[in-house]
Amino acid sequence: MSVDSASPLLQVEGLHVSVGDREILRGVDLVIAEGETHVLLGPNGGGKTTLLNTIVGLPGYRVTAGRILFKGTDLAGLEIDERARLGIGVAFQRPPAVRGIKLKQLIQVAGGDSFDEAAMADVIGGLTLERMIDRDVNMGFSGGEMKRSEMAQLIAQAPDLTLFDEPESGVDLDNIAVVGGAMTRLLKAERVGKGTRSGLIVTHTGHILEYVNADIGHVLYNGRLACKGNPRDLIDEIGKHGYDKCVECAICQM
Amino acid sequence: MSDVAARKAEIRALAEAARDKKAAYGPDLDLSAFNAAQDAESVESLEALDKQMKEVALSVGIESSEEGRAGTYFQVDRSPIYQRVTEMYGGKLEIMSTKDAVELYPELMYEQYYWRAVAPDKDKYTALVALQETEGYFIRVLPGQKIDKPIQACLFVSENNITQNVHNVIVMEEGSEATVITGCTIHPKVREGLHAGISEFYLGKGSKLTFTMIHNWAEDFDVRPRTAIVLDEDATYINNYVLMKPVKSIQSFPVAKCVGDRSRAVFNSIVYGLEDSTIDIGSESIMEGEGSRSEAIARTVSRDRSVVYSRGRLIGRTNDCKAHLDCRGMVQSAESTQWAIPDLASEGAPGAELSHEAAISPIAAEEIYYLMSRGVPKDEAVSMITRGFLDLEIPGLPAALRRQIDKALEETAKDSM
Repeated sequence: MSVDSASPLLQVEGLHVSVGDREILRGVDLVIAEGETHVLLGPNGGGKTTLLNTIVGLPGYRVTAGRILFKGTDLAGLEIDERARLGIGVAFQRPPAVRGIKLKQLIQVAGGDSFDEAAMADVIGGLTLERMIDRDVNMGFSGGEMKRSEMAQLIAQAPDLTLFDEPESGVDLDNIAVVGGAMTRLLKAERVGKGTRSGLIVTHTGHILEYVNADIGHVLYNGRLACKGNPRDLIDEIGKHGYDKCVECAICQM
Repeated sequence: MSDVAARKAEIRALAEAARDKKAAYGPDLDLSAFNAAQDAESVESLEALDKQMKEVALSVGIESSEEGRAGTYFQVDRSPIYQRVTEMYGGKLEIMSTKDAVELYPELMYEQYYWRAVAPDKDKYTALVALQETEGYFIRVLPGQKIDKPIQACLFVSENNITQNVHNVIVMEEGSEATVITGCTIHPKVREGLHAGISEFYLGKGSKLTFTMIHNWAEDFDVRPRTAIVLDEDATYINNYVLMKPVKSIQSFPVAKCVGDRSRAVFNSIVYGLEDSTIDIGSESIMEGEGSRSEAIARTVSRDRSVVYSRGRLIGRTNDCKAHLDCRGMVQSAESTQWAIPDLASEGAPGAELSHEAAISPIAAEEIYYLMSRGVPKDEAVSMITRGFLDLEIPGLPAALRRQIDKALEETAKDSM
């Protein structure tokens, strides 16, 4: 199925999401077009991860109003794996360790049948995974190793939209550059006849933006997207005045 | 009366007295409910077996082509129907029925190997085997011989509701090495029955035995193995046990006696509890030799209404000994029960270092979601995680056997979806 280049890849409309009895998202509207990389800023506990997990389809995130369209398809009722096969990928902040499943096995599963040995070797070399590849996935991995492992799986999976949850957290400086490089590779990869890929990066420090170019920034505040603008300007503003002032400021293009 | 005759009488008297003695663990069985096994006809080659038999034998690691095997023993019901040492291993090992070995080496067998590690009056199952003339395999690897291909032994039940009583003896002479694969299984038409198997393994100085047992029974079949291993100086025993199919009940608790200095016993168990199976497995390692070591690792998954006991006992009797138990269970059904029972004892050995890790947990939902987020459907994710959990990386496992176990895990995971 080819996607009309004019239509947005992801459309979030008036989204309300509750976790347990608590309403976390209170009417989120977000549009990501093909080839765009967006950044989601906001204070801890503001609902950034909730938005990501709701798009991914994790249980426990209850949509009480609004909808999410991906390539024009309403995601309501679709299982996590169906959404993944539709083209949504996610790099988790703290992925679980899975005993007995080797990283190599998971990369292969993510890549599918067309992911051949050359592609595997390329991913392993690019992310220097040689010493991790035959280990149980995430078992005893350091923060940086965990992120490199996530990137390897996603490069293999090649999603049209990749969601990154705090890609810089727990990662030392050496690894941030490697992770940033992998993110750029993921987001800028050309897909023949399919346009370029898109991304949504959740960050509360903005540090990762020194390594990845993003087009549009948003501030998720109090369950809503309160502010939209150039990601670097937003981060500067937040750095100077904090989130409370930021959502009222002039650079916001809302 | 000769020594042999005296010992025979003694074994008989001990067994008579234990005829009704209940076992320490496992459901008690009424032995009168089973019929005696009949004779089966010998074959010239395993290829002469019917297709169905060959297939079920293959599922427990027995190659009817004998390709890649150093030797074969095949018993149907009470009869050894085939035994052979592959030509290139001639003069390096002996394979025969235990009955033949007792006839060939009566003094040696009665003095050292026959009912010397397992007591005939341990319980009603050992008594049952002791009181009836039984076969089973005798494997002896000659001094210094390193047998680089596995020796295979199949204990096959072909008739319904019989008791198959076997008595196996393996003698590893000084400095010898071998891998033995024992596959125990039944004809698809068999529903009920009992397999009572005595196994006594003697590891001489510096010898190494890797013993892998794959069990494949049926919903109404009972199994009571009784196994003991005696290790001399510097000997290494590695026991791999795989049970992937339903069974009515199995209770097994092999005992390794690390008598020699620096001897080492390792137990790896992979158990998949299905349907109404009652599975009570474990191992005991007794460390008497200076510097002796032991390690027992069990992975158990329970589904349906199965009940699984995973036991492990470590007994240190010397100051310089070390042992560790690692039993992890995964419960996948609200109707199944699992017990993990680690049991450690230091007997007059203040320097003994004994430790255990025991855990029972569900299949983690977040692990399932994680795999699903990479595009894996839920049922496949559950199956991958279960396989991974049961996938013990058993060092020294022959590649062919590795594939065999992988295949069993794969098929079982598929079946259970």
